[in-house]
Amino acid sequence: MDFILEHLLTLILFTPVLAAAVVFILPREEENLIRWVSFLLSFIPFALSIALWLQFDASKSGFQFEEKAIWYAAINSSYHVGVDGVSLTMVLLTTLLTPLSILASFTIRDRVKSYMILFFLLEMGMLGVFLSLDLLLFFVFWEFGLVPMYFLINQWGSEKGEREIWGGRKIPARQYASFKFMVYTMAGSLGLLLAIQMLGVVSGTFDMPTLFERWTSLDQSLFGLPISTVKSIAFWAFAIAFALKVPVWPFHTWLPDAHTEAPTAGSMILAGVLLKLGAYGFLRLVLPLYPVEAHLYAGALGFLAVMAIIFGALASYGQDDFKRLVAYSSVNHMGFVVLGIAAAGFAAGTENAIIALNGAVLQMFNHGLSAAGMFFLVGVIYERAHTRNLNDFGGLFPLIPVYGGVLIFTSMASLGLPGLGGFVSEFLVVRGVWPIFTLYTALAMIGLFFTGAYVLKAIKQVLHGPLNERWTGHISEINARELFVIAPLMVLMLWIGVWPAWILEVINRAVSMLF
Amino acid sequence: MQFPILSLIVFTPLVAGLLILLIPAERKNEVRVAAIAAGAIALILSTWVYFSYDIAAGGYQFVEKYTWLPALGISYHVGLDGMNAPLVLLTGVVMFTGVLISWGIDDRPREFFAFLFILATGVFGVFVALDLFMLFFFYEIAVFPMYLLISIWGWQVTREYAAMKLTLYLFVGSVIALVGALAMYFTSGLNTFDMLALEQAGFSAAFQRFWFPFVFFGFAVLGGIFPFHNWSPDGHVAAPTAVSMFHAGVLMKLGAFAALRVGIMLLPEGAKVHLPWIILLTLVNVVYGAFIASVQNDFKYVIGFSSVSHMGLVAMGFATLNREGLLGAGVQMFSHGVMTALFFAVVGMVYDQAHTREIPRLGGFRKVMPIVAVAFIIGGLVSMGMPGFSGFIAEFPIFMGVWRAYPWVAIVAAISIVITASYIIRIVGKVFFGEMPEEFAHHVHDVSVLDKVALVVLSAILIVVGVYPQIMVPLVETGVNNVLRLLGGV
Amino acid sequence: MSLNLSMFIPILPELLLLLLGLVVLFLELFLPKQAHRNLGWVTAIGSGLIILLSIPAMPGAQAEFVWGGMLRYDWLSFTFKMLFLFAAGITALFSMNEPHLGRRGDFYLLMLASTLGMMFMASAADLVMLYLAIETTSIPLYILAGFLVHDVRSTESGFKYLLFGAMTSAIMLYGFSLLFGFSGTTDIYQLAVSLRQGALPLLSIVGSIVLILIGFGFKVSAVPLHFWAPDVYHGAPTPVAGFLSTASKAAGFSVLLRVFLAVFPEVTLVWGSILAAISVATMTLGNLVALAQQNIKRLLAYSSIAHAGYALIGLVSLSSLGIASVVFYLIIYLVTNLAAFGIVSIVGSQLGSDEMKAYYGLSRRSPGVALALMVALLSLAGMPPLGGFIAKFMVFAAAVRSDLIWLAFAGVLNSIVGLYYYLTVLKYVYLYRAEGDESPVSISRPSRLAIVVLTFCIILLGTLFAPWFGWAQTAAAAMF
Repeated sequence: MDFILEHLLTLILFTPVLAAAVVFILPREEENLIRWVSFLLSFIPFALSIALWLQFDASKSGFQFEEKAIWYAAINSSYHVGVDGVSLTMVLLTTLLTPLSILASFTIRDRVKSYMILFFLLEMGMLGVFLSLDLLLFFVFWEFGLVPMYFLINQWGSEKGEREIWGGRKIPARQYASFKFMVYTMAGSLGLLLAIQMLGVVSGTFDMPTLFERWTSLDQSLFGLPISTVKSIAFWAFAIAFALKVPVWPFHTWLPDAHTEAPTAGSMILAGVLLKLGAYGFLRLVLPLYPVEAHLYAGALGFLAVMAIIFGALASYGQDDFKRLVAYSSVNHMGFVVLGIAAAGFAAGTENAIIALNGAVLQMFNHGLSAAGMFFLVGVIYERAHTRNLNDFGGLFPLIPVYGGVLIFTSMASLGLPGLGGFVSEFLVVRGVWPIFTLYTALAMIGLFFTGAYVLKAIKQVLHGPLNERWTGHISEINARELFVIAPLMVLMLWIGVWPAWILEVINRAVSMLF
Repeated sequence: MQFPILSLIVFTPLVAGLLILLIPAERKNEVRVAAIAAGAIALILSTWVYFSYDIAAGGYQFVEKYTWLPALGISYHVGLDGMNAPLVLLTGVVMFTGVLISWGIDDRPREFFAFLFILATGVFGVFVALDLFMLFFFYEIAVFPMYLLISIWGWQVTREYAAMKLTLYLFVGSVIALVGALAMYFTSGLNTFDMLALEQAGFSAAFQRFWFPFVFFGFAVLGGIFPFHNWSPDGHVAAPTAVSMFHAGVLMKLGAFAALRVGIMLLPEGAKVHLPWIILLTLVNVVYGAFIASVQNDFKYVIGFSSVSHMGLVAMGFATLNREGLLGAGVQMFSHGVMTALFFAVVGMVYDQAHTREIPRLGGFRKVMPIVAVAFIIGGLVSMGMPGFSGFIAEFPIFMGVWRAYPWVAIVAAISIVITASYIIRIVGKVFFGEMPEEFAHHVHDVSVLDKVALVVLSAILIVVGVYPQIMVPLVETGVNNVLRLLGGV
Repeated sequence: MSLNLSMFIPILPELLLLLLGLVVLFLELFLPKQAHRNLGWVTAIGSGLIILLSIPAMPGAQAEFVWGGMLRYDWLSFTFKMLFLFAAGITALFSMNEPHLGRRGDFYLLMLASTLGMMFMASAADLVMLYLAIETTSIPLYILAGFLVHDVRSTESGFKYLLFGAMTSAIMLYGFSLLFGFSGTTDIYQLAVSLRQGALPLLSIVGSIVLILIGFGFKVSAVPLHFWAPDVYHGAPTPVAGFLSTASKAAGFSVLLRVFLAVFPEVTLVWGSILAAISVATMTLGNLVALAQQNIKRLLAYSSIAHAGYALIGLVSLSSLGIASVVFYLIIYLVTNLAAFGIVSIVGSQLGSDEMKAYYGLSRRSPGVALALMVALLSLAGMPPLGGFIAKFMVFAAAVRSDLIWLAFAGVLNSIVGLYYYLTVLKYVYLYRAEGDESPVSISRPSRLAIVVLTFCIILLGTLFAPWFGWAQTAAAAMF
């Protein structure tokens, strides 16, 4: 037992790999066995994170459950993991969404084994990012997570659709989307990679706590350039990499493609966790490493965030494809996260900043729940109707009342209806940012208005209006397995909406320590 | 006297090759089994010696020294240090896997394996040599079987041209370096070819400045340095699979290693003067190589040019002359060797089935050969420097070293990562996924068990080093410290 | 001067060789015609025995003049004598299966006579003796080159060789007489002293140098006196061509070394630069023209011209290392080229052609012969672990030592050209196919023995080279 407690983080991080190994040795033909084994195994990390949550002492500052082992001694990088409130929340989100996504993937028929292995590797990659306290290790997991996601989209994405590329050649849309996802993200990480290398060279360590001190206190000139210039360039290298992942306007164009083409569970994880990696990067690295630059450029970042909120909402409203609509809504919602972070960077240390950050982190968690839920629900109806075009639906409520109820509930959470999770976090963000960036906040309200518009549009197109006759008798009610996927999400949305203190307590302590 | 393990490693392939020549030509299966056995022995010995190296003690270990030609101070002098130990292991690995995947060679397998093993002896000899003469001796031994291997068993369209081009390029390089080596020998006045003694010779700065380019480029030709890289893609493409593996996997390291061992370590002052501009050439290697690779349509040319790009990183690491750069270059030599051997093995397997290497004509090979597809993907991830694989472990410190020395070079070189990623993804998508063209649908089948074993061995090494760099890095570090000592700073 | 037994020790190999010649002559008269082939065995085994029996006749560290100062008894001459004997024995083995050659006792006898001449060339210390020795060598060779009287090419070859040989020999003799006129002595070792005392104008010395060089240059086939070699080698019976290109060339080098180091030490700068120019011209021309050859004997002829150029590098560097490297080079070159010509004679006698086409698919006909050819050619190209690598290494080292770096580079670049055409031949052997290349080439027992011995020697010289190089050094030391 002591062993488990002492190595809790390592266990959480690598049990998915063990699970992948177990799945690997199962016979390929036994698809059901593979599904169930994967599903059950995915609860181990979840259970461990619950244990972590319970053991976590929210009143203590700094990192807990730290572990350190030799990894790459020659360049002073080590296996160093630890959690604080922010990463703990994200770990919980990840380990929660993984079993649900696996359950949602039970309809996958093609190469179940490879699919499950990739899924576990993806989980490990994401957890690694949240747990790393070593910059190099952070990057290792950051990049590594791309690979399984790429294959999930590329191989198990939607089979329909073609995209024309240059030269008039047509390729399957999922190939296009996965390629775009991979290259965008890799190109984005390139600056990050270079900046990390530069930091490592200059500071002689990759250990984050040490780095936070050494790098920020650096004041001699570097490479013949004034230190402020070097730091500004490095700041943007980090910021762009993370902004791409979030994604912030105008770096978001990979996202609708990737989300639309990914398999349902892939979209759930993509929206639920992967986007949070970017925001987490801002919190964990950008704010502590570049307090001065963050203050300096917060305005620009905040502007991009507001653009993301407004354009995300407008674009979302303009979609006819249900999944694309939800995808753009992610741009919109993640905009609030970045807005909160930008404001906090501008007014570091103030009470408003802390409120904004609380909101941002909670919004990350909430969006993880609601976006995963929304994508899942889109997937549910797509599997039945084999179309995602909103114009083809209509008046389905009488046919599938339970599904309709669930959809409305989840949409409302996404919309930010008071009483549900989304409201609490968006309120906190807006409350925190208003005194700092008043104009931006006001503009963001316009975005919020359109959020309401597109969510209601979706509900109207699918559930209300005249019944499209072709669905009569062809569309079935949501089944038990699917309900089991969505139910925990709904419970959490409601729980946070009604009583957010249990989670804010953990987050609050951590974000006030970020400065 | 201790057990002469290094000599055993050097001469095992040679003896095996000669024994194989004694087997009657018709008994091809016996030839193959004997070859695999020899490969396994070489692998076991080199693995054993790799792990027996005492990192705490450092320096040259397992040293053997016998006089060879006392009149000129030539000796047979071998030793293992942190720089060459991974390369010895690499050679063992490539030799074993190369033999495994060559089971299908049906035209004079006896001669094929004999030549391949002579080549292996040359390679082992260069890596462990501590005597300048001996280094050249084995260097040439490693070069000339290549000609026969490529021209006899190679791809019929270009083999004659490519084999000749390759041999002449390498020979030119090596003999020019040889003149430099002779100049060092006579100028030192020590009457010895022993490199450990020549390291202390204290050549004048002017002498070093003059001779360094001859020696460095003479060897670096084999390392594929721009603008002398031209032979390499042609050679890779024309060579039969196992030879491509050897060639890109091990022989190119031979050039890089010798450029370090003789050029930089014996002429450190010259290195300091010239490497600052040579790094620009390596930059061309890295970026241009990747770019050219991305526009190729022939599967094997893609890999060939990617080798140019990656070997450029090795040279770039050397050119930094600092700890991180050299360390990364040392690991990169190993990592790239294994990776490219894997690549060429995969290309060979695809070609054997499809009889074409034109990427646009291929497709859907995952369905028939899943393990090959996975192996290629792993190699591809290594190639694009994906964390978690050995390529990252190697390239990261190289870039750090470049940052320390020439920050702008690092920024430009990084472009290659994205280019590499894009062409690797393109190939994976086109060749292994997608629809299999009708023409292949019926006659393509999965690879043999031996092929799979080879792929698994290579892939596993790439992952192990990537996940647990401590298995190699501290060792290389001791070697790097030795180089730094000669460069005048620790 | 009274005769005693110890006086015969220095010329023991020559005496034994004479005896062997007599035995061959005697056996030819009394053996039945069909058994004449066995004379080859007699010659070969006899030569081997002479080498063994000559061990007691090894000279001491100090060189001595014997037989009235006609001969110099030193390591250089002894080394070369052993080489000639070796070459004669091997050539006899290869000749046994040649049609119109192997069954002729007079063939073996002529070869032994020529060998005897070479042995005197190597040890001659007097201009008169030297001239006699050269003629003793050359005249049997003229006959051997034209030995196949029914073959037009062979006749032409013999005639050509005779004409050019006689002409250059006459010019050389003129040079000798000039020297005698200037100094009043024919003793090679006295000449130097006399010339120095006479304080002759440089022009006259250089003039006589040039005249003598013409004679020697012909022997070693250096540019511009190389032109006979391809035609003669091409036409002559292959074993004879092999003998010409090895033993005869080595004999030429032995006198070149002795005369120039002994007679003209004062004017080294002049003849040094002449020789350097000749060296570069010789190897460059030999290699470049060899590129275009379609007949393997002509190719080997041009390659042997080129090798004379490499060997000259060592002579030009004019150090003890340089001379040792020349001797060492000749040892290895002799062994290697004998092997190459031997294989050509095997293939030629079986397939009836020396054109490159005959070599297509040789590795399928006979993997063993192909392998031996590869060893020989790669050794000529200078690849380790074969002798040629060490040989080249040593001459280049000698050049670098004497600060003749440009000459080393010239040699290096030339060896690249060389590599190209040797590899081309190997390409034909291993890569190309010919009709009927499944039918094997059979090798007779003597040829097989010779090939095995030579291949073994090439590898031995290339790996455990220390004793042989030590030998060459001892020989070179005798010159200083």
